[in-house]
Amino acid sequence: MNDIMIYSLVTLALMGGVLSIILYFVAQKFKVFEDPRIDLVDDVLPKANCGGCGYPGCRKFAEVTVEAAEKEHSLEGLNCPVGGNDVMKEVAGILGLEVEEQEPLIAVVRCFGSKENSPAKIKYDGPATCAFAHNLFAGEGGCPNGCLGLGDCVAACDFDAIHMNPETGLPEVNDKCVACGACVKACPRGIIELRKKGPKGRRIFVSCINTEKGGPAKKNCEVACIGCSKCFKVCAFDAIKMENNLAYIDFDKCTLCRKCVPECPTNAIHEINFRPRKPKPEAPPKQEPETVLATEKSSTQSETKPAGESNPDERAK
Amino acid sequence: MGGVHPEENKFSENAAIEMLPLPKQVIVQLGQNLGAPSKPLVKRGDMVKVGQMIGKGESFISANLHSPASGKVLKVDDAPDASGYRRPAVYIDVDGDEWVDDVDLSPGIERAIKLSRQEIIEKIKECGIVGLGGATFPTHVKLMVPDGKKAEYLLINGVECEPYLTSDHRLMLEKGEEVLIGTQILMKALEVDKAIIGIENNKSDAINHLNTLAAGYEGISVQPLKVKYPQGGEKQLIKAVLNREVPSGKLPIEVGCVVSNVGTAFAVYEAVQKNKPLIERVVTITGKAVKKPSNFMVRIGTPISQLVEAAEGLPENTGKVINGGPMMGKALTNLDVPIVKGSSGILLMKKEESLRPTSKTCIRCSKCTVVCPMGLEPFLLSKLSKLAEYERAEKQKIMDCIECGSCQYTCPSHLPLLDYLRLGKLRVGQIIRTRK
Repeated sequence: MNDIMIYSLVTLALMGGVLSIILYFVAQKFKVFEDPRIDLVDDVLPKANCGGCGYPGCRKFAEVTVEAAEKEHSLEGLNCPVGGNDVMKEVAGILGLEVEEQEPLIAVVRCFGSKENSPAKIKYDGPATCAFAHNLFAGEGGCPNGCLGLGDCVAACDFDAIHMNPETGLPEVNDKCVACGACVKACPRGIIELRKKGPKGRRIFVSCINTEKGGPAKKNCEVACIGCSKCFKVCAFDAIKMENNLAYIDFDKCTLCRKCVPECPTNAIHEINFRPRKPKPEAPPKQEPETVLATEKSSTQSETKPAGESNPDERAK
Repeated sequence: MGGVHPEENKFSENAAIEMLPLPKQVIVQLGQNLGAPSKPLVKRGDMVKVGQMIGKGESFISANLHSPASGKVLKVDDAPDASGYRRPAVYIDVDGDEWVDDVDLSPGIERAIKLSRQEIIEKIKECGIVGLGGATFPTHVKLMVPDGKKAEYLLINGVECEPYLTSDHRLMLEKGEEVLIGTQILMKALEVDKAIIGIENNKSDAINHLNTLAAGYEGISVQPLKVKYPQGGEKQLIKAVLNREVPSGKLPIEVGCVVSNVGTAFAVYEAVQKNKPLIERVVTITGKAVKKPSNFMVRIGTPISQLVEAAEGLPENTGKVINGGPMMGKALTNLDVPIVKGSSGILLMKKEESLRPTSKTCIRCSKCTVVCPMGLEPFLLSKLSKLAEYERAEKQKIMDCIECGSCQYTCPSHLPLLDYLRLGKLRVGQIIRTRK
């Protein structure tokens, strides 16, 4: 009985010894060098694996940053939108580099064709996906660029940051948004844009992407940009660009002076998180009738909530 | 292979083709054919006559457009099409009915084919003839058989397997001789000596009529076919008539066939023998609640609302107005959309029949794979396209789908199979194009 035990113990010990020696040499032979910093960088990344940086997952991003640090000694063009500046600073610290502070971005829904503003003329009863509906028809309200309201952006969001408002039928972005860009890619109409969050969350944007001429655009939607160029003329900072009957505010040039907002005859320009305006002194005598109409309208319209707004109470006109 | 038997509901089959009165305004869409849209040749304020060319097809797969009415061009602007998207169109305010001089408007039938093969193809190209079965593929391109291939048979498609629609049926009955002459012209253009007209058994009067007439035309025969949807599909017709199978991703010419619709044959006759461009077509207007289901000869560009009026108005409980048949047609977004070359019928659906039943989960009954005429697995493909697994969908031959809708029609769980297949086809098509 004892013999058997001794034999087996000895054989096993011998086998273990021989195999470990073999394994040691194999491991030496096939060794893959991995920069230990990759693990360090990977540890500080938020592990959202959202792809917002442009790479498939956080691990890949860590590999790319370490490689960039090795080769180019800079982290230019690399940014983790989820982690933001804090995480990027940590990453840079690990790699012994500096990063430029990036202004945080947020997803902005550039359509305000709510059920009220762009009433449905027909009813769609097909599969509830924007991708399919976009190829089938122009939309229930008739606007070929407007939000279809079927929620492909909501399904694409990994951060619980975009939700449909059943009242307006439009998606709304909340504070959880990390600007990963998943909804931007999911929207077949390109309505959602990543814009700078702005100081104290203040931002101004044209909430419309309709490129039709004024007449047809207005016919389908009350708050469409009709390409009248009024905002373009009033802007002193060259921040507004007119193209294809559509105004676009360049957020790098915009100084948030808010001059364009009351100018818009259809209330297509939205301002978010601003303090309420001071009541206007009496209207100057020379004011054009259309402008009066516009300001009147804007005061009535400010009760409704704009899309893409995080806190309706903070916003006022 | 496959196929379904939907209720036929051919209410308008005994209604003779009537001329629809001229509308006050016609809107001629510039992109009416498969391929590149035509380039407008007129501008605001121009006076045009009926049959005058107003759009030129410039690329290889493209067709000419002719004015369907005489009058003044109001504008060349975007107009909403059947989907609601705005696309370029020519608006013409109709004033009288003045034709261009070289169109032969005499009622007699011109039997002798004087033109040569090349001249016929030229004429068809000039007159802007496209496939009137619905796909609107330019006919002159189809007639130019690629080098190394040889057409053996010309198949004329008189199947009209879509329920409700009767425009081809009426055309065969009323313009039988013209259709046969058109067939002969196409035979000459293709240099084939055999043509077969395939007609489903539910149109026995048309079969008999064309059979008697075809006795006088060498090489043309009529083949009655079983009633089955989608037998009017090009590949399905070839299989039914000749028992040949077109390989995946290939054209019918691969098996020596060219398929044309009876409507196209009639348009070819009018173009070649009467010099009349494609400016009008037969359109069925029908539905269970329609007071007067009828077939009209309609000028291209006529608003659909006028057609509805001619059928004695929109029934009260109309749920959907379908452009085309119930199986493949698409619901219209508004009634002011103009008739285009590819419109074969307008179907007014009652509210209760137009609603989609609620979808349930797939029970793996495999009915969709049984009815698929292309031998595909719709339940799998729709799932793949829902999950955006486009590469796998491509491997499973999603591009072979002819969008006949048999799978969705037969699905006991009412799954939107075809909708997702269409989405998948679109995406896979985009992927294939970017690869080139």
